[in-house]
Amino acid sequence: GGMAAALLPLPLLLLLAAGPGPGRADAGQERRDALREELTPLPTGDVAATFQFRTRWDADLQRGAVSHYRLFPKALGRLVAALGVRELHLALTQGFWRTRYWGQPPLQAPAGAELWVWFQPTVTDVDKAWKELSNILSGIFCASLNFIDLTNTVIPTASFKPLGLANGTDHHLLRYAVLPREVVCTENLTPWKKLLPCGSKAGLAVLLKAERLFHSSYHSQAVHIRPICRDASCLAMSWELRQTLTVVFDFFSSGQGKKDWSLFKMFSRTLTDTCPLASQSKVYVDISPKNKEKELLEVSPAPTSVYEAVVQGDKKTYAVYDLLNPSLFNTSRSLNVQLKWKRPQDSSEMPIPTLHAQRYVGGYGLQTGEICTLIYNTHPYRAFPVILLETVPWYLRLYVHTLTIITKGKENKPSYIHYQPAQDRRRPHLLEMLIQLPANSVTKITIQFERALLKWTEYPPDPNHGFYVGSSVLSALVPSVTAMKDMDVEQSPLFTSLFPSSDGSSYFVRLYTEPLLVNLPTPDFSMPYNVICLTCTVVAVCYGSFYNLLTRTFHVEEPSRGGLAKRLANVIRKFRGVPPL
Amino acid sequence: MAAPLVLVVLAAVTVRAALYRSSLAIFIAERVEVASPLNAWKRVVEGLALLDLGVSPYSGAIFHETPLIIYLFHFLIEYAELVFMITDVLTAVALYLAIQDFNKVVFKKQKLLIELDKYAPDVAELIQTPMEMHYIPLKVALFYLLNPYTVMSCVAKSTCAINNSVIAFFILATIKGSAFLSAVFLALATYQSLYPLTLFAPALLYLLQRQFIPIKLKSKSFWLYTMQYASLYLCSLVVIICLSFFLLNSWDFIPSVYGFILSVPDLTPNIGLFWYFFAEMFEHFSLFFVCVFQINVFFYTIPLAIKLKEHPMFFMFVQLAIISIFKSYPTVGDIALYMAFLPVWSHLYRFLRNIFILSCVLIFCSFLFPVLWHLWIYAGSANSNFYYAITLTFNIGQILLISDYFYAFLRREYYLTHGLHLTRQDGTEAMLVLK
Repeated sequence: GGMAAALLPLPLLLLLAAGPGPGRADAGQERRDALREELTPLPTGDVAATFQFRTRWDADLQRGAVSHYRLFPKALGRLVAALGVRELHLALTQGFWRTRYWGQPPLQAPAGAELWVWFQPTVTDVDKAWKELSNILSGIFCASLNFIDLTNTVIPTASFKPLGLANGTDHHLLRYAVLPREVVCTENLTPWKKLLPCGSKAGLAVLLKAERLFHSSYHSQAVHIRPICRDASCLAMSWELRQTLTVVFDFFSSGQGKKDWSLFKMFSRTLTDTCPLASQSKVYVDISPKNKEKELLEVSPAPTSVYEAVVQGDKKTYAVYDLLNPSLFNTSRSLNVQLKWKRPQDSSEMPIPTLHAQRYVGGYGLQTGEICTLIYNTHPYRAFPVILLETVPWYLRLYVHTLTIITKGKENKPSYIHYQPAQDRRRPHLLEMLIQLPANSVTKITIQFERALLKWTEYPPDPNHGFYVGSSVLSALVPSVTAMKDMDVEQSPLFTSLFPSSDGSSYFVRLYTEPLLVNLPTPDFSMPYNVICLTCTVVAVCYGSFYNLLTRTFHVEEPSRGGLAKRLANVIRKFRGVPPL
Repeated sequence: MAAPLVLVVLAAVTVRAALYRSSLAIFIAERVEVASPLNAWKRVVEGLALLDLGVSPYSGAIFHETPLIIYLFHFLIEYAELVFMITDVLTAVALYLAIQDFNKVVFKKQKLLIELDKYAPDVAELIQTPMEMHYIPLKVALFYLLNPYTVMSCVAKSTCAINNSVIAFFILATIKGSAFLSAVFLALATYQSLYPLTLFAPALLYLLQRQFIPIKLKSKSFWLYTMQYASLYLCSLVVIICLSFFLLNSWDFIPSVYGFILSVPDLTPNIGLFWYFFAEMFEHFSLFFVCVFQINVFFYTIPLAIKLKEHPMFFMFVQLAIISIFKSYPTVGDIALYMAFLPVWSHLYRFLRNIFILSCVLIFCSFLFPVLWHLWIYAGSANSNFYYAITLTFNIGQILLISDYFYAFLRREYYLTHGLHLTRQDGTEAMLVLK
């Protein structure tokens, strides 16, 4: 419980560890281990923590076989080289980021497993490479990614532009799939941690213990591989591997109602030392003052420095703990960052995020239904466009002529629609639209669908649980209220450098809506033999009647002499004294 | 006879117009018994919307109509209700004229057989008189226009009405004796839904009979005429298919329309037997049973042609019924077409054995269909077996109805040639039995 009517300010704790070790020139490999932990106390008493680990590898995987892997994990390096992957983004998420109450997420991922990959132009059979890739990743991460096949893969045309260096963007090299039914558990966390150079033995990754991480409202772990510029002149290319983990702890229900938190309370561990392979290792705590009131909260121990930046349109202040600074670890060699609220928080409004959305299923019964998406633009005076990508499985037959988009009571025609209808058992529906959202408005998008009856073998083991429809994706360049400076990628904290920013006046946001759970009509699973028998009986009735009428002819009936039964009956009648038949 | 026909037409149009304006129109349009994936109006609108979006309507699995339907409704989408009402009226008028001509042919043939002494002496009460045949065409038009099945099909704007119209014109052309028009309309009907291919045999037999060509396998004139008719039919079919290719510049419509009809991938419930059977089929046998079910529609043609070669119109009726019962996506509109012919065989009434119980079965099942659908899909208190049971009962009712009419027809033929009062060798009254 504890859903406060008023929204409380959220100090943000960011742990950022970044560190390129000075690599040997011939090895050509550098590592910047940037662990960024963001701990964000959220209005409802939740605290969000984001870990980001970044490994940069100055190598060109295409040319020449690479055999020496130092910091970059060999499993992923060989995958990228063998299958011609240009960019890979895999996210495993449990729970849903409630944008309306928790604010804009740093990096959101849809519930379940999401995988999107850009392939190199040299790859000839993209579908084959995609299938191999999903199978190999399924083995690496112990997730059921092998269920990714053509029935849940789509080729978006506008939504997922490359996040790294890109020459041309032929969207036929892109594949996107989401498995909303996937669950994330310890088996997925362990191989993810193994990809880190120090594993979970040193550095910020010691905090990642499964028993605390999965006892949370939202848990998302992701792997992003992309090519980046090696330096500001961008003459050479490096590969960047980012591993991010976002977790939201609910302290109202588990933390005895107090909103103070500490690293030990959240993770049941403290930081003891840094990873020796890391060139940078930092913890950022969001201590942004709300309503210009400072001194509302206190962090201990004292931070090594304070960092101010405009992140996602808001001016934020971070207390920075540089773990490589020897003065940080005192005699006890353990760092336990604590945040205490100086006085009870008074109800002050938390700023509503500029863009948020929700989606639900309307209608009743098992024949038809309606998918409704509501998109809110809360910016007071700026309108901006948003790209909506919907992937609907083939067994919910969408009718695109019923698509209606209503803003402020009037019809809103999208400026770009790309619709690819589904083919039964072969590919899902893909609907991509560019919708202009006027300032301070709610846009409602509805589309009707019909539910199909599947073959009895196509239902999952619990058919009445329903079928999941993956989250829809909203991509937008949201205008920010405060101007943002262009920052150098190497020097800025990791949390600002995943998404490219084109100019200082807007920031890129990718939001996901809720996944949907839809029931389909089911046949009776105990009846296959009965149905076959009964239907074949009906067909046989027809065949039998027609056979009789076609092959037999009418005859006058001859009196029969009487068979055995008649003679026996006559014998009995003679005994009874009754006249015979 | 024009005035009563006009009255019937007016009444039918009024009923349809009233239903179009009422709230029942939406309810009827959604009923699975009336609209199947092949002929639902919602899917026609969807196909046109896809065309507007620049996507081929056949790229998805929603649209299974032929390109000529796209072409027709591209221009007539505003007047859809009017189009369907006019289609129904045209069908009824075509059937009216066809049966009028057919009655004349029957009467002439009857007279010829009486003069040739082919009939037994005591069958006067079995001979059809012009008095009783006078109102049959009107009854046929009435049966078609005011049949609740037809009305629902029209209100739902199911393209089954267009299919029925083409078949009615084909029957009219056949009875009038024009082989060319008959072949063209049959090609159109086959092009739209594939199964009217089996109506080639009764039409050929009728036209041969009309030309007084004897149906002997060794006769040269028989083969000559058959080749002529078959080539007319095939050429018109090829011309129509090529025209469709040029409309959308692709052959995509062939797997979408004919592949869909033959392979039955969509298991939406309907009044037929296919959907639940293939929903519960073991995957291994799927192809085998699809082939069995499809062959089942086509393989009654040759035996019926052999048995009913003297009576091609009855053959046409039985064949239409078999198509309506066993096609892959039947709707009540298909049933309405063959039921329109029942007044033509009203003289068989005295030989029908189970007509009361069969009509009760059909009426009860028609009422139970929406009830059990609601219980399964909306109330959640029944399951698919209930709806499936009613499907089975309804189909058995239809099958027994057709075989009852067939039995009565054959029996009357026997009585006509052997006399009504049959006696055995010793003079006692005899029973007639099928052996």
